[in-house]
Amino acid sequence: MSTSTATATTTADARSATAKGVARRRARWASSRTYISAAVIVIWCLLPFYWMVVTAFREVGYTFDPTPFFTHVTWDNFATAFSADRGNHLERAMLNSLFISSVTTAVALLFGVFAAYALARLNFRGKFLVLGIVLGASMFPGVAIVTPLFQLFTDINWTGTYQALIIPNISFVLPLTVYTLTSFFREMPWELEEAARIDGCTAGQAFRKVIMPLAAPAVFTTAILAFIAAWNEYLIASILSNDATQTVTVAIANFAGAQPHQEPYTAVMAAGTVVTIPLVVLVLIFQRKIVSGLTAGAVK
Amino acid sequence: MSTHLDPAVKGGKAPDNKEVGADRKEKTQGRLAALLITPTIVVLAIVIAYPVIDAIIMSLQQDEGLDPATGTFVAGGFAGFANYIHWLFQQCTGPGGVEVSCPPGTLGAQFWSATGVTFFFTVVTVFFETILGFWMAVIMARAFRGRSVLRAAVLVPWAIPTAVTAKLWFFIFAFDGIANTLFNTSILWTGSEGPARAAIIIADIWKTTPFMALLILAGLQMIPSDIYEAAKVDGASTWQRFRMITLPLVKPALMVAILFRVLDAMRMYDLPAIMTGGANGTTTLSILVVNQIRIGFNSAAALSTITFLIIFIVAFIFVRFLGANAVESASGGAKGKLK
Repeated sequence: MSTSTATATTTADARSATAKGVARRRARWASSRTYISAAVIVIWCLLPFYWMVVTAFREVGYTFDPTPFFTHVTWDNFATAFSADRGNHLERAMLNSLFISSVTTAVALLFGVFAAYALARLNFRGKFLVLGIVLGASMFPGVAIVTPLFQLFTDINWTGTYQALIIPNISFVLPLTVYTLTSFFREMPWELEEAARIDGCTAGQAFRKVIMPLAAPAVFTTAILAFIAAWNEYLIASILSNDATQTVTVAIANFAGAQPHQEPYTAVMAAGTVVTIPLVVLVLIFQRKIVSGLTAGAVK
Repeated sequence: MSTHLDPAVKGGKAPDNKEVGADRKEKTQGRLAALLITPTIVVLAIVIAYPVIDAIIMSLQQDEGLDPATGTFVAGGFAGFANYIHWLFQQCTGPGGVEVSCPPGTLGAQFWSATGVTFFFTVVTVFFETILGFWMAVIMARAFRGRSVLRAAVLVPWAIPTAVTAKLWFFIFAFDGIANTLFNTSILWTGSEGPARAAIIIADIWKTTPFMALLILAGLQMIPSDIYEAAKVDGASTWQRFRMITLPLVKPALMVAILFRVLDAMRMYDLPAIMTGGANGTTTLSILVVNQIRIGFNSAAALSTITFLIIFIVAFIFVRFLGANAVESASGGAKGKLK
């Protein structure tokens, strides 16, 4: 009697143990599947970028060498990329892009902060309309404004000037700024401002000590997104810039190599690396902020 | 989802003296709002509305000079819809001022093919980006160690300038390049229609799927997990949970993401312009406009206006019939927190 009970208990134990084992194995299988998928995605996203960097450091003679790691390493390609003798003014193009993108970002933020504050915090008629205009503007095709602007800037002798490159950029960076900031501002704990006032802060103090520190990360993230958008612009810059005001994207697209009729792959990859590494570092440092900023305006 | 209707509550202000104060408050807030928003609207009017109106006016003028297609002299002046007819019916002015259909190879003969190429690229890239983006988003939504590595990696293609992306894939798809070596093929990727389009599509998918994935991820993370728990208790299978919970609940976010990508794909310029220069059946509408600018402003203005209208109609159809309400979703509601 007692033996049979004992046996029954053991069998039940064993069975539950097996069930647990199956569950555990299944969970482990699910998690390894997740890891495999994640690894595939990471490789797919990084491999072309890695290939660009490897090629950037490779001697020209080994341009098409398929060895998957750093071999025949040289800095020559970077020298070519910055070689004024070959007409590759990469440093000038980078300064141009830096200047154009910075001014665009500053102007967009200057206007965007106020509009976003109103859209996020104030109650007024026509809010939907304004939001609609801003969103519509952000998806506006660049080619639709480039023709009249080209003619206008030709007429007033502005082609190739910095303002001719900054003004069209504002058309897509400002809407981006407004809707990203709007959704950030909507998330902010504005009641703290009131609390600070009740605790005896002046309006100015409340703004400086409470609102500014709270809003700064949102404004900073938006600035990064705006800067990247302006830095990456190609269409307008390719039409409205000249040799002196060429941006990096245009410079890389028109790169000249050692031999005139040969595509200078390694030098282009070196230039691409120089232009991209700062952005990638920026993205890796502020990864979380950028993701929230990217999705803030679109999906809520 | 409708917090925008009541910002007073969200702003933490007690909704007292609603009856008396609300109207006055809305009025003073309206004045402040107007003050704050007007500069942005004015700037947008200068940089967008003015060029668009200018383009429409230009598009009704005839370009002066030799018709590049036929070599006959064309006088300037008011042209009515001649520029639009030129593009839509691919009509050029022949010898003696007779309207003939544009000779093959001229820009005038390429409008419908460019429209077709633009739609082809849009449909194919957005299709693959949606499927791959959804898959990436589902993986990214899972909790596992090293998730932040995945998120960071996904942002790399997004951050690289499209011009650099184009050069990078041009190199990958070079005749002696790594693509041919890896797959042991000898395809002239940018040398004929099929491979050239495939190369551009692959580059575009690589570059923009991460953006799609992040938008879908934000939508996925808005779905409360207790719904899944409840469905599991009720015995719903994984597939059923996906079909009955995930898909319908992520649909608004998904539609907005698709709308964004469609509108972006329809103005595609950088990749084909740099990878193929528009050769071998890869001339999109944007490339056609840019090529035309160098020949005649007014005709280019007509073409860019047509392009704008096409994109506008597509956006309208999306918002009106497919429920992609970008304004609604941007104007309020719970935010998908990305942890």
